[in-house]
Parts: sequence; structure tokens; C-alpha cells
Amino acid sequence: MAEDKNTEQPAQGPDKAQDKAPGKVIEVDNLVTHYGEREILKGVTLDVRENEIMVIMGGSGSGKSTLLRHLMALEMHTSGTMKILGQDIEKLTAMEMFHLRKKLGVAFQSGALFSSMTVGENIMLPLYEHTDLDPTTREIMARMKLEVVSLAGFENLMPAELSGGMVKRAAFARAIIMDPKILFCDEPSAGLDPVVASALDDLILDMRAAMGMTIVVVTHELESAFKIADRLTILDKGHILMIGTVDEVRKSKNERVQNLLNRMPEDDTIDPDEYLGRLTGEEIGGDATL
Amino acid sequence: MAPTDNQNWLALFFDKVGRYSVAGIEEIGNGGVLVVESFFWLILGPRRKQPVRLGSIFAQMMEIGIQAIPIVALLASAIGVMLAIQGIHTLRIFGAESRVTIGIAFSVVREFSPLITGILVAGRSGSGLAARIGTMKINQEIDALKVMGINPTRFLVVPALLAMLVMVPMLTILSDLMGLLAAGLYVGIDLGISMAAYFDEVRDILTVDDVWHGIGKSVIFAILIAVIGVVNGASVTGGAEGVGKATTRSVVQAISAIIVTDMIFAFVATR
Repeated sequence: MAEDKNTEQPAQGPDKAQDKAPGKVIEVDNLVTHYGEREILKGVTLDVRENEIMVIMGGSGSGKSTLLRHLMALEMHTSGTMKILGQDIEKLTAMEMFHLRKKLGVAFQSGALFSSMTVGENIMLPLYEHTDLDPTTREIMARMKLEVVSLAGFENLMPAELSGGMVKRAAFARAIIMDPKILFCDEPSAGLDPVVASALDDLILDMRAAMGMTIVVVTHELESAFKIADRLTILDKGHILMIGTVDEVRKSKNERVQNLLNRMPEDDTIDPDEYLGRLTGEEIGGDATL
Repeated sequence: MAPTDNQNWLALFFDKVGRYSVAGIEEIGNGGVLVVESFFWLILGPRRKQPVRLGSIFAQMMEIGIQAIPIVALLASAIGVMLAIQGIHTLRIFGAESRVTIGIAFSVVREFSPLITGILVAGRSGSGLAARIGTMKINQEIDALKVMGINPTRFLVVPALLAMLVMVPMLTILSDLMGLLAAGLYVGIDLGISMAAYFDEVRDILTVDDVWHGIGKSVIFAILIAVIGVVNGASVTGGAEGVGKATTRSVVQAISAIIVTDMIFAFVATR
């Protein structure tokens, strides 16, 4: 049970004093989730405060992407509670969920721009679907957001004509078009060269400063995480190892946290379920519906 | 007692049959839910401020219907001529080749037009739908729609389903006309029957019920093609290879479903 010995309880020390502080936009309590028989998140507890940048870090298979999918209300958990903007997502009706989603923005790892639409149409889509704005106003708003992400003038290009960094910027523009209260970013710097990745980090900081939104970033890029994070959540095998500021994480005595920071490989044995899944070719967590 | 090889083989066989059966039932269930959900959004979407966009429906109608006109017209003509050739050849044995119009009219309107149109649309648009939705799924575009508060069924499925429901019957009517016209031209050349006399005979033979028989089938085919395309697209896993497999599976399933449904429909409608 080395894992338990190494695990620091989340929200210790400085977090404890702020537990009752107002302004929590995300509250996750003892979240457990399964894909089939396999437990992915094993009692995750964390909160994200208004206007902060929370970075969720962890190695491959730590459950950070799964946690993000739950935070985005894309999947339902097995047990525990999760409140987003004060609303318990398990108790929301379809209409309440619809209204909640309009307050969330997501920039996916791949950009997830619709390939059949131009960059401008992609960015205007949420406005087209959720507002009664006339086409000219929608175009003006899209151009404004494109300026925020330094992509002004690219609205008539197709996503396939953009570079990797530009696709991510366009995805940011689409994510912020409705002025969301919370912006989720999945691996924003993955697959980008260091210069472009650094520019995207600056963009995240600028967006927070300009729009005052809460930002949740999932990444495994240490440099990027330390640059943008107000607080970091370190995940390991579905558990939270620690939650803290950049300094607290850097100074952590937790062996696994230090292994992650120092990029030390761990002597892990493969999860038997995962191994069986690989052998049988069964996708764990695959969903055959829209 | 350890199981013998035969017992192992039998267990594996039943295990596989069981798995495929469950997967099949699950797919049929998903398809049913999709149809219900589609009509839900079509009817209640405007009330929830999430209407189905007319622009998307027209775009799909262009893709599924208008762009398919040349190939449907060509194949329907070929089928018409083929039926005329075979009909004349067979009836000549009895010296009754002048009665070929009966066979052509019934075969084209009741069977071949809806069938060939359904198969063509399944190959052209059903596969396209599966590929599009599958690609969107692996590129996280479906997730993007969900988090933007845009229901994927309303946004992607309903326009395609409605376009199919309008355009497949329209293409079937076009196919009826082209098949009968091409067959008439061949009959005219081979038997010396004038086009006016040929179409007079066709009009005498066919009833409105015969035309509705073909159109009714085409409506069912339209639903099958759309649902099978979407269900296969939504089940994609494993990247580009997965999309390819889903596309192929969608075409095979749609064509099989069309032919089996056609047989059942013909049986029920002729009782």
C-alpha cells in the first residue's frame, strides 16, 4: 500500500481555511467513476475558485482527462457529488443542463473545429444556436474574439488550412464566444513547439485578465503548468496526490509528486484490467451513442 | 473435471453468439431511441429554443437528393432497359412479347425503383453519414457540440433524417419515370410500339396503390439508411481505421436491411 503512504490529503493547510470561503465555482466531493468494472477516479475531492487558474496534472492514465470530462458534465459519475456554478449536476433537468452548458467554454486538445465550416462559422456557431443576434453582430463578435486570440483575418479559412497552434487559438476563440464563466482547456500545449506553447500560455493568462473567467487546464507540461497555475491538482492513478500553489507543489515532500516533477519513471506494474483490455482489443469506456 | 476441447469450443461458440446477439439488440435499441429522439427534437425543439435549422435540412437535401439525380437516373434507365430486354426475351417463348409492358410497369414501380434508389442512397449518403459522424466523434466534435449546449441528434441527425425522408421518395419517383421511359424506348425500338401506346398501357395497368407501394417502401428505406448510418458512425472507436470499418458496416447493414424489409413489405402488402 505504498500509494496510500505517499498520498497527501487534498485541501490541507491553506485550503482548509478557505473551505467556507465564497466564490467556489466547482465543488467536487469524493467523486468515484467507473468505466465498466474498472475504477478510474477513486474519491476525488477538489474545488475551483472564482477567477483562478486551476491546473490538473498527472501522468498518463492518472485520470486527469476523465476528471475533465466529468467537470465538463460530459459523463456521469458513479458516486460522490459535483457542483458546477452551485448546481449539483446530478440533479439538473435537461433544460437546466442546457442553460448551464452555455456558461461553460471548452477548448479541446484537438481543437475539435468542425471541418465543414470556416473558422468564422465555427466561432459563430454558439451565437447562431443560442442567441437571436443578427448575422452582422455575430460576425463582429467573432472578429473581436479572433482578435483576442491573434487570429484576426483568418475567419474565412477552413480549419484544415490552419497550423496546429492556430487551430488551438481558433478553438479558444470559439470557447470564449459566449463569455463563459468557466473555461476548460484540455492539453492546450500538446503537440506544439515550445515557442507556440508559451504563446498559448500567455493567451490563457491574458484571457483570464481580460475576461475574469475561471480557467481549468489539464496538462502534463510542467513548464506550462507552473507558468499559468494559481493552484495545481496532482492526480495519480485516480487519486489526488495534492492540491496546492506552484510553490507548495515544488516544495512537496511527496515522493510521487517529486517523481512527476523530476520526470522520473515509476516502477509500476500494469493494471490487470487494462492488460486484459489490450489483449481482447476491448475499448474500456467506449460509448456507442451520440 | 477439466472441460474437453469440444466443450471449450462449444462454450466459445455460444459466448460469441451471445455477444453478437446482445450487440445487435443494443444497436437496434440505439436506432429506435435515435428515431424517437429525432422526432422529439423536431416537434419540441422550437419550444426549447433549439429548432432544427432549415438551412441544414436543405444542405442535406442537396447532398442526398439533388446530387444523386444523375446516378439514380442513369441506373433506373439501365434497370428499365434490362427489364424490357429480359421481359421480351422470356415472353417471346410464348409469343406474348407484346404483353411485356405489364411486367415492366409493375416491376419498376413496385420493386426496382425503390430498391435501386435505396441501395444507391445507402451507398452514397448512408456511408457518408456514418463516416461524417464517426470522424466527428474521434475528432471530439460531438463532445464539442454537447459542451456548447447543442444536442448532436438535433444538429446532425434530424436534418439528415428529414432530408432522407423527403429525398428518397422523390428519387424513387424520378427512378419510376426514368425506368419506365427507358424501358418504353427499348420496347418501341424492339417491338415497334409507339411511346404513346406504351404509356397508355402503363397508365391502364398501374393504380395509385402501386405507386404508393413503391413510395411507402422508400420512406421505410430512408429511415433505415439514416438510422443505420448514424448508429454505426456513433459507435466508431479506434481512429481512422474505425471510421473505415464503420462506413463499410453501415453500407452492408443498410443494403441488407433494405432487401429484407423489401421482402417483408412485399409479402405483407400482397396479402
